[in-house]
Amino acid sequence: MGAIELSGIEKRYGGHTALAGVSLVVQPGEFTALVGGSGSGKTTLLKTINGLVTPDAGEVRVQGEPAGAQPPHLLRRKIGYVFQEIGLFPHLGVAENIAITPKLLGWDAARIAARVATLLELVALPKEVAARSPAELSGGQRQRVGVARALAAEPAIMLMDEPFGALDPLTRDQLGTDYRGLHERLSLTTLMVTHDMAEAVLLADRIVVLSAGRIVADGRPAELLATATDPEVRALLEAPKRQAERLRAKLGQGA
Amino acid sequence: MNARVAAAWALLPEYLAWHVLLSASALLLGVAISLPLAIAAARSPRLRWPVLAGASLIQTIPSLALLALFYPLLLAISALSLRLIGHGFPALGFLPSLLALTLYSMLPILRNGAAGILGVDPAIREAADGVGMTPGQRLFQVELPLAAPVIMAGVRTAAVWTIGAATLSTPVGQTSLGNYIFAGLQTENWVFVLFGCAASAALALIADQLLGLVEAGARQRSRALTLTGLAGLAAGVALALLPLAGLGKPGSYVIGAKNFSEQYILADLIAQRLQDRGATVQRKEDLGSAVAYRALAAGEIDAYVDYSGTLWTNVLQRGDNPGRRAVLDQLTTELKRRDGVVVLGSLGFENAYAFVMRPDRAQALHITSIADLAREAPHLTLGSDLEFLSRPEWKAVQSAYGLGFRTQRSYQPTFMYRALSGGEADVISAFSSDGRIAADHLVVLSDPKAAIPPYDAVVLISPKRAHDARLLAALTPLIGRVPVEAMRQANLTVDRDQQKASPAEAARALRAKLGL
Repeated sequence: MGAIELSGIEKRYGGHTALAGVSLVVQPGEFTALVGGSGSGKTTLLKTINGLVTPDAGEVRVQGEPAGAQPPHLLRRKIGYVFQEIGLFPHLGVAENIAITPKLLGWDAARIAARVATLLELVALPKEVAARSPAELSGGQRQRVGVARALAAEPAIMLMDEPFGALDPLTRDQLGTDYRGLHERLSLTTLMVTHDMAEAVLLADRIVVLSAGRIVADGRPAELLATATDPEVRALLEAPKRQAERLRAKLGQGA
Repeated sequence: MNARVAAAWALLPEYLAWHVLLSASALLLGVAISLPLAIAAARSPRLRWPVLAGASLIQTIPSLALLALFYPLLLAISALSLRLIGHGFPALGFLPSLLALTLYSMLPILRNGAAGILGVDPAIREAADGVGMTPGQRLFQVELPLAAPVIMAGVRTAAVWTIGAATLSTPVGQTSLGNYIFAGLQTENWVFVLFGCAASAALALIADQLLGLVEAGARQRSRALTLTGLAGLAAGVALALLPLAGLGKPGSYVIGAKNFSEQYILADLIAQRLQDRGATVQRKEDLGSAVAYRALAAGEIDAYVDYSGTLWTNVLQRGDNPGRRAVLDQLTTELKRRDGVVVLGSLGFENAYAFVMRPDRAQALHITSIADLAREAPHLTLGSDLEFLSRPEWKAVQSAYGLGFRTQRSYQPTFMYRALSGGEADVISAFSSDGRIAADHLVVLSDPKAAIPPYDAVVLISPKRAHDARLLAALTPLIGRVPVEAMRQANLTVDRDQQKASPAEAARALRAKLGL
């Protein structure tokens, strides 16, 4: 049984087809990157999993259960969700932001406090940050809080939509590596949308390439590089490699 | 000057208490209705336009007209509920004022409420959904707290508007700080007008500042600031309402008055005699003629002075003129039979509608009667009070003499005399007991066809007070005791420009002079 099973997902907005029949099974513990250009349908596909988007056709199953079998808010409390804009609640402190889903689930105060402390440690934030307001944090710290909030209710599945896209390259690299560590430690199933192939190759076990609402490639990074024939997919896959070669050439010349 | 300021101060507790009660209730009701509507409007684009357009439309109705419209509306609904469930409710005073002001307060709360909720960052809304909130949890835990500063700014605007517009509830029979302004305008007591403006402005400023604290509290997420503002508001309202605690007891009477000096003086005269007998008295002033009689018949006011001709033509809808005695007798039996209203008797003087001109103008045009006036009328301008042109007496005079003026203008009674002396009006519809007729040596035109009915000043008592011993003991001695000269003198002391007396002072002087 896959952690996430999508079959024949279709979604149209007016005349525009965002998803044209997507089927995908994500295994428990897998770190999967959804890659594609803008408008390829990757964000829409991600949101069909936690019910932020309702597909026109097809079936979504989460941990074996059809997504429509329970009210969407109950489903979402079991799935962590992190996105580029973060969306921390500005009227709540850091600790309260992290505690929000456990609170909705009715955890007792002591358990919530302990969980918040654990999470701050997990995402490598100092304890003092708990009392601060989100406005007082740096961009990187804010997204660390975003990750902690998503992990708060101990979900098995994490959905991430360009989670580190708005951060400077150093922070982005650090946060990506840190999160990959968390994925291992907590045995999570992660599905991450990104337009950055380098990030996908560095972090993910598996890369799924979307184009115009369809899956055009799906496999381990090395496997894909060896086997993909579609010119668009090849261009996408080779971009980081070309970039790395150009960088090496330039830096080598300079040395 | 100081005496008038003192008189204004003495009235402040009662006026302020009603003003605060009225505006605070209207604002609370306005928030209670507008906030859910604003939430619905923010949720549904299809609802948004009609809700906001409806509130804007209400705002375009002049506030005085909105207040005036609720009176007949409530009267009709009250009559209907009386027929259906056997219970009516007062159509005058607090209820129409409350409803009109509530409607008036809604626009800023609606507009800011919808804008505040729609203004919440979509990313935060998506996060609220993402962490697993239900739509209700999202509204109460995220959207409303974030929209609170904008909503509070709307409530502040609404509070300032409501407190200002509440001064206009005086003419529908609700005591407010507007009593200073309306009575002051009528008697040219500018101290009163300024006092009313200042009191209402001060109240609006204080409410605005306290609501500002609540708004700042919401903005800075400081619970202490919010609570301080709310506590200040609650304490202010409670303090202002203290004087009302004594009202509404069995010994409390409501005396009505229309909107001119003689009416204020007579209402004060009645009130003073009741207070001498240990009663508490409230006043409902500046009522229109039809409003005053209906309010009395409905028991919303206990007594007031009206004029036989007014009742004859307006209430009984009679167009004939059988003579002074017969009109009074028939009124006494008819009003008792129809509405249970007691006509206690005539005070002893008449205050009739009279056409009045400046002596030089009357002489130049050779006018001594209304018949002469009809001849010259096509070249002349008529100045009238606000009611006269829509009253049956005017139609009776018009049809009897074939009167048709070049222009007709309506004024507050005081300004009507100004218009006559300034030449903006050639002839005015004056009152025969007005002290200014003698003081200005004006010419009263005769009425050879007796088109204008007699206007004896009569004391009316509401059905529920028909057998009230204290009221009857206070009012019966007045019957037949007020000669027209004494009334004219009293009116003049209030209406003249120099050494003006307040209506209460004039009433005391009148009582001393007549031994009442």
